[in-house]
Amino acid sequence: MTELKRILVIGGGHNGLVCAAYLARAGRKVLLLEAAPRVGGAAITREFAPGFKVSAGAHLLHLLDPQIEKELALARHGLSYARTSLKTVSLSETGEPLVLDGATVVAGKVSASDQAALASHRARMQKFARVVARQHGRVPARLASGNWREALTAAALAFDIRRLGRKDMREFLRLATMNIFDVLEDTFDGAQLKGALALDGVLGAKLGPRSGNTVFNSWYRASGDAGGRAGSFALPAGGMGAVTQALAAAAQAAGVEIRLSSPVASVLLNGDRVSGVRLENGETLTADVIVSNADPKTTLMKLLGARHLETEFARRVHNLRAVGTAAKLHLALSGLPSFRGLPAEHAGERLLIAPDLGYIERAFNPAKYREFSGEPVLEITLPSVHDASLAPAGKHVLSAIVQYAPHDIAGGWETQRERFATATLAVLERYAPGLRAQIVASELLTPLDIEREFRMAGGHWHHGELSLDQFMMLRPVAGAGQYAMPVTGLYLCGAGCHPGGGVMGSAGRNAARVILKSRQAA
Amino acid sequence: MRTREHFRETVLHTPFHARTSAANGMNLWHRWRDYTTADAYFDVALEYNALRNACAAFDLSPMTKHRITGPDALAFLNRLVTRDVTKLKPGRVGYCIWCDDAGQVIDDGTIFHLTENVYRLCSQERQLDWLHSSALGFDVSIVEETEEVAALAFQGPTSCAVLKQLGLAGIEMLKPFGLRTFRFAGTELLVSRTGFTGDLGYELWIDPEHAITLWDQLFTAGHNYGIHPMGTLALEMSRIEAGFIAAGVDFLCADRAVRTDRTRSPLELDLERMVDFDKPNFNGRRALRAEKGRGSRYRLVKLDIAGNKPAKDAFIYDNRRNVIGTVTSAMWSPAAKSSIALASVAMPWGRPGDELYAEIYYQKELKWSRITERCRVIEGAFYDPPRRRQTPAPDL
Repeated sequence: MTELKRILVIGGGHNGLVCAAYLARAGRKVLLLEAAPRVGGAAITREFAPGFKVSAGAHLLHLLDPQIEKELALARHGLSYARTSLKTVSLSETGEPLVLDGATVVAGKVSASDQAALASHRARMQKFARVVARQHGRVPARLASGNWREALTAAALAFDIRRLGRKDMREFLRLATMNIFDVLEDTFDGAQLKGALALDGVLGAKLGPRSGNTVFNSWYRASGDAGGRAGSFALPAGGMGAVTQALAAAAQAAGVEIRLSSPVASVLLNGDRVSGVRLENGETLTADVIVSNADPKTTLMKLLGARHLETEFARRVHNLRAVGTAAKLHLALSGLPSFRGLPAEHAGERLLIAPDLGYIERAFNPAKYREFSGEPVLEITLPSVHDASLAPAGKHVLSAIVQYAPHDIAGGWETQRERFATATLAVLERYAPGLRAQIVASELLTPLDIEREFRMAGGHWHHGELSLDQFMMLRPVAGAGQYAMPVTGLYLCGAGCHPGGGVMGSAGRNAARVILKSRQAA
Repeated sequence: MRTREHFRETVLHTPFHARTSAANGMNLWHRWRDYTTADAYFDVALEYNALRNACAAFDLSPMTKHRITGPDALAFLNRLVTRDVTKLKPGRVGYCIWCDDAGQVIDDGTIFHLTENVYRLCSQERQLDWLHSSALGFDVSIVEETEEVAALAFQGPTSCAVLKQLGLAGIEMLKPFGLRTFRFAGTELLVSRTGFTGDLGYELWIDPEHAITLWDQLFTAGHNYGIHPMGTLALEMSRIEAGFIAAGVDFLCADRAVRTDRTRSPLELDLERMVDFDKPNFNGRRALRAEKGRGSRYRLVKLDIAGNKPAKDAFIYDNRRNVIGTVTSAMWSPAAKSSIALASVAMPWGRPGDELYAEIYYQKELKWSRITERCRVIEGAFYDPPRRRQTPAPDL
């Protein structure tokens, strides 16, 4: 009988670990099943060439919920930072990079009016990002639920927006659905500055600067305060894997049992409710509550099966937009690369190849036609500058997010991969002459590789596009915004739920709260 | 197969059009799914009386038909409709309804289990989009075959005798909701003992090239048995007498509704017998379970109304002069010798024995009058002749 009261968590990504930890801390018996031989999902550090280690997925920490960090005592379980408050560098082909530290231009050419506009723009954007941030820890309210608690949650959102003040509220509502291209054109003159600020509106999304929703994306990306500073980026010591290792340690300390190399083949039902899972090796495990850290499409269409869902609901899940466009490039380098005009002291910052708005928009254009960018945009880090554990002495690793590389590429990635890698390295070489000669080993993860390695449908890091029509109570789809799925006892806890992707953990924490209140887990 | 430009063709003729147009002495037509369809051929009362006392043929070809095959055909249908399709054996036909996620009726129709794992689904409305949505996750093929199958409803007390004359040996042994194929004029004729009239009757399904041959031979065979072509108006009279509901008349198809309170669940249409809660899953089950617990909003009732004025579109009142519902279908029934109606009333009204009133507006030579008549809630069909269920069927 005790076995029946067990909670199964499918997937040991950061959200699965967070959810499992909170459930165990509340006294539940939790068994976490991870398909890979290690926990972490896409938030892992792995060796891709002898002696060279890199964060395989996300490479900057900026959204991790500080409350989770505190409640699960992640510092005690081994999480520390190699560097916080990274500066942002817009690289230049002509040797005039622009270095930004928050709203301050540290180096590079910028007009006085742009400098002044940057301060007020950033202040306002951070203010709006706080409104988004305040929603992260809340279970989204269903509209017209008739439930007073949910009415309060909805009222809290309205209040968050209203208390911006009349003028800013109007701005918030005006900008929320806008494209970042127009906003930046309205605000700044400098092409380089606009390019650098636009990148945060499109990174990880199948959107260009001229697409709607990109202002919202930039707020979302600035809505964290990892490492103690709002809207900034940090590098965990030991790479992103250190975060999930600390979470796993916290979960195990709370009593979570973790089984590795145990991929789940299907969720089993007894009538209308879950009864357990079948592993790929044929073994079945029973449970009344199953929490899936897998993405919504994988969980609902593959593990459960559309036939067990309502027709319109299944159609919504099927139509969920989750086409990954971000590839990941890892280079093992024989030395520190030299970027044109960039002093070596800034090489370890967040480096962008997004020289102007038109460049980003042109990079996006091919993605609409299922082609990769001939001249992609990049977000580059050299974590080994701050963290000696990642590369042999004197050598370095380069980690870059490369856009755009649509998952559903015409002709298939088998034929396009090498061409895309060559094009990307050619662009890098223009910004860092001699870089190609420094390459000891390299690895390119296309969205197809990301899908295969991390079992994410569409190879989308966020388990589905982050946009207003797939956010809050509409995430992953309308009618399932509160972690509980229509099949009794089945829950989602991953980035496909509110509040979404990034190494954040809030979805896992919110899901645990809902599960602990439910009847099935009682 | 239709071409991409098919939508430019907005006036379609059924495979029987050469005969139906020749027979239509009144030139009374309407549009049914783009098809030119007869309201009546000569006189509605004559056609109705042919149906109830002899036999009548109705061109059913515009009925939307789908062929459903593939390894998951049964599982697909069982998830689609509310009844248990596993109980529908090959050679049988079942009336069925299907619902949206909220448990509101989208449409009703019939499932023909033609041969092992080959089904035909007939529906009132076009359903291909919904069927394809419902097919996510199933290995099933769904093809609309409306144009590939010509169909005649052939109904009435002498219908069995005429089909015997036509050479369909053993037709009298076909049970209600049974189907059988016969060799006919060098092709296959599918006959099902089904219909929308509540009478003894059959539906005949054949490839369109043989449609005219079927019509001609049927009318030759029926010559001495009072056969008449029948239009939609006479059919409508018979279906109300039988107590059958019609999509778009007695309920709004859920996928057409803008206002959520305008749709109806099966429970609200007096179709709970069609809902099998023992099935682990069918679309709308979760919502209908919740409705069972919470209680329904409406009830569909059959009303026997005093007086002789058809209660078309009448408001229904309780005994304290509150409007509690409206009539959806109404007529003076020649067979029941009474004014009858189907009505949708708010719960808890509509229990047998409830004192209800219909406010009826009627006109004679453009002068409008109003009358309030007492209504009696009745159960079962308004007209239910034993021949409808008899096997062997009477073949007088």
